[in-house]
Amino acid sequence: MIDRLPPYAQLLGLTAERDGDGAPVLVMPFGNDVLGRPGFLHGGAISGLMEMAAIVALHDALEGEGGGEIKPINVTVDFMRGGRDKTTRSRGIVTRLGTRVANVEATAWQDDPAKPIAAARMNYLIVRR
Amino acid sequence: MSHGFQFDPARFLTSRLGHGGLLGTSYRAHGADWAELELPYDERLIGNVDTGVIASGPILSLMDMATSVGVWLRANAFVAHATLDLRVDYLRPATPGKTVIGRGECYRLTRSIAFVRGQAHDGDPDDPLAHVAGTFMAPDGYPR
Repeated sequence: MIDRLPPYAQLLGLTAERDGDGAPVLVMPFGNDVLGRPGFLHGGAISGLMEMAAIVALHDALEGEGGGEIKPINVTVDFMRGGRDKTTRSRGIVTRLGTRVANVEATAWQDDPAKPIAAARMNYLIVRR
Repeated sequence: MSHGFQFDPARFLTSRLGHGGLLGTSYRAHGADWAELELPYDERLIGNVDTGVIASGPILSLMDMATSVGVWLRANAFVAHATLDLRVDYLRPATPGKTVIGRGECYRLTRSIAFVRGQAHDGDPDDPLAHVAGTFMAPDGYPR
């Protein structure tokens, strides 16, 4: 998954890297394509980034258990700070990987992971292979 | 603050700049406290290459914009505000090839917080594909 992101991820300009723990982190460059009000990131682009980070993290976790398909059930996004003219990163954390449902959290930050610009909580339906 | 000012969503949404321009969202209809926008199917929005279904992110973006415009319509003013939170229930996948239509409504406006809700469908409003609820906040307040 990390090495073949879907078209929507490419549209957002996302690239993948791994942090010190080997967990996937998605990187979104700033630009007109992800702009909301002048000078700030669009909330939808931040959310799209976090949803992709959650999906990548979930696929990563699923692969260790034989893989499977995932379907989004819902997402709740909190916007904490305006996204400025900077690179944004996001990491998804699978809080519970069940047989049929996974609970995933993701945050997005710019300079400091401890100061997120947004956070999301997602539930996914899992269809195991 | 809003006296004599008429917010025109059709005009506002003709801008092709920014994220809305990238996704291809455009104006469809509006009322006193709601706006309807559309998001044409585009292969660049695909989230699952096996099925051709678009990703959930563009639907969230569409609904963020539709509800935001709904707030400006209810306030009858273009006020600087930010999304505080947004929840989206993905009721079913969007049908590949079909335009997604998103309707956002501001059902309660207070001095600084706007409460919104909305639904998205791809042709039949009685068969929605997403339901949203959220809030916006205006740092300088909404006109009352």
